[in-house]
Amino acid sequence: MTAIARNVKRRRPKRSTILTVGVLAAAAYFLLPLFWLVVASTKTSEDLFSTFGLWFSGDNAFFANVRETVTYDNGVFLRWMGNTLLYAVAAAGGGALLAALAGYGFAKYRFRGNRAMFMGVLGAIMVPATALAIPTYLLFAQIGLADTVWAIILPSLVNPFGLFLMRVYVEAAVPDTLLEAARIDGASEARIFFQVVLRLLAPGFATVLLFALVQTWNNYFLPLIMLNDPDLYPITVGLARWQGQAAAAGGASGDLIPLVVTGSLLSIVPLVIAFLFLQRYWQSGLVSGAVKQ
Amino acid sequence: MTATAEAPRAAARRPEGTRRRALAGYLFVAPFMIVFAAMFAVPLIYAAYFSLFREQLVGGNVFVGLDNYARAFTDPAVWEGLGRVGAFFLLQVPAMLVVALALALALDTGLTRLSRFARLGVFVPYAVPGVIATLMWGFMYGPQFGPFAQLAEKIGVGVPDFLGADLMLGSLANIVFWEFTGYNMVILYAALRAVPGELYEAAAVDGAGQWRTAWSIKIPALRSALVVCMVFSIIGSFQLFNEPNLMQPLAPTVIDSSYTPNLYAYHLAFTGQEYNYAAAVSFVLGLIILVGSYAFMLATNRRSRS
Repeated sequence: MTAIARNVKRRRPKRSTILTVGVLAAAAYFLLPLFWLVVASTKTSEDLFSTFGLWFSGDNAFFANVRETVTYDNGVFLRWMGNTLLYAVAAAGGGALLAALAGYGFAKYRFRGNRAMFMGVLGAIMVPATALAIPTYLLFAQIGLADTVWAIILPSLVNPFGLFLMRVYVEAAVPDTLLEAARIDGASEARIFFQVVLRLLAPGFATVLLFALVQTWNNYFLPLIMLNDPDLYPITVGLARWQGQAAAAGGASGDLIPLVVTGSLLSIVPLVIAFLFLQRYWQSGLVSGAVKQ
Repeated sequence: MTATAEAPRAAARRPEGTRRRALAGYLFVAPFMIVFAAMFAVPLIYAAYFSLFREQLVGGNVFVGLDNYARAFTDPAVWEGLGRVGAFFLLQVPAMLVVALALALALDTGLTRLSRFARLGVFVPYAVPGVIATLMWGFMYGPQFGPFAQLAEKIGVGVPDFLGADLMLGSLANIVFWEFTGYNMVILYAALRAVPGELYEAAAVDGAGQWRTAWSIKIPALRSALVVCMVFSIIGSFQLFNEPNLMQPLAPTVIDSSYTPNLYAYHLAFTGQEYNYAAAVSFVLGLIILVGSYAFMLATNRRSRS
């Protein structure tokens, strides 16, 4: 980490206008849809159709839209947000802990099958979502777990890429000499992990946690097939359902469109904030991931 | 200090310690491996098993061997979908990786103003769920209140039909490009930051300029990171599902139920109840992804050795 910090301090000569313009133009393209979303969320459905999409209209309907979004259909939007939060925190937190434990085990212990198991897990990244989701659904349906919260949380606990990152991170951040010293002081293996190793792994753990959070927050396919009960939907499936209803009704239910727009905006705010605040963590975590690849 | 003093004793009890330590290793990986076995291995084996059967009106579930696979390999809907995701891959991935690489290199020169803002701006779409990204772009592509249609109308040129049959694949590629360019850029940028500073100093001593440094030092240093980005892109492209699935209500005549192989498998299983055949189709897709990624890694390995 310190080597990287030193790198950053390399002296730089004069600035380049061409590069600046190019990079800012790219940033503008990537920010454009979000700007559109913010603008659109301030409009009534009539203004949405009648005023230019990339600028605000006269009257601000943002708060009315928010109120309408969170109260529509007995507040089902808030329920979906709560579900997403539950799925994301349970699956990402649990998944990151499993990945940290196993990443440490694979990196620092020699046992039969270590490499074979690790490669087997990595190979799993290639498996198409449907190849896995169809049999998982059938199995869960047989044991009565389909259409429950477990149908979303349990499969999301497996995070092969998180395991990969954690193992790379352990190799970079946990010196063997430290473990030896702790062992000689009489600490048990479990205690070494929870009191010494986990602290050293904090940045890597935050990275894996954040990416797992995005993955679960993003999850669409699994809940789409697992869940029938709208009360269990995460926000992604819920909004897609509203969007489908709006599209099916054509102009008739134009009133749903501002709800999809405002709901979309509200649902991305937590993740964007998390990314902005945890920048240092995911960036340093990615550095160590990228170096060792 | 204590470490050196205690070393002989530690060495003396090594055999027992090694065995206990191997056990500890198993215990550390056990929770992950158990969940992995239950949520990955068991469903896959189960799917492999029932892909060998066929549900028949007369006689129920019948063992048919590899018939479902033979059917998948000769099913035009499968090949059409594969051709489409292949075209999607060629349309989207090179553009995405070139732009991500260019942005990472530009930011790494340190010659740009507002580089922190630009980096975050480019990355922020990654924090937006793919579902939301697709909904947003779907609205923006739309002929009624999409800003592009509004602009085109104002200037008096015809409104491009982003959701029509001709442009749909490009419209989908743009959504995925928007979502993942920043992610790839951050990975490449992180790899660049890790290049030892001495290499640049040596290059500067040799009189190399920014372009020369980028071409001769930075891009070669990004090799393994680029391979990883590429493999993930192969996997992601061929599994394309969310974006076309969400676009379907907006363009029901353009996106049919076999638009991509994953969409086809999904419809086979959940609207046609053809679970057995759906499993075979997704295994064929998995096999193609595996072969493609492996061939790519093999090719890059061989080239780097020669």
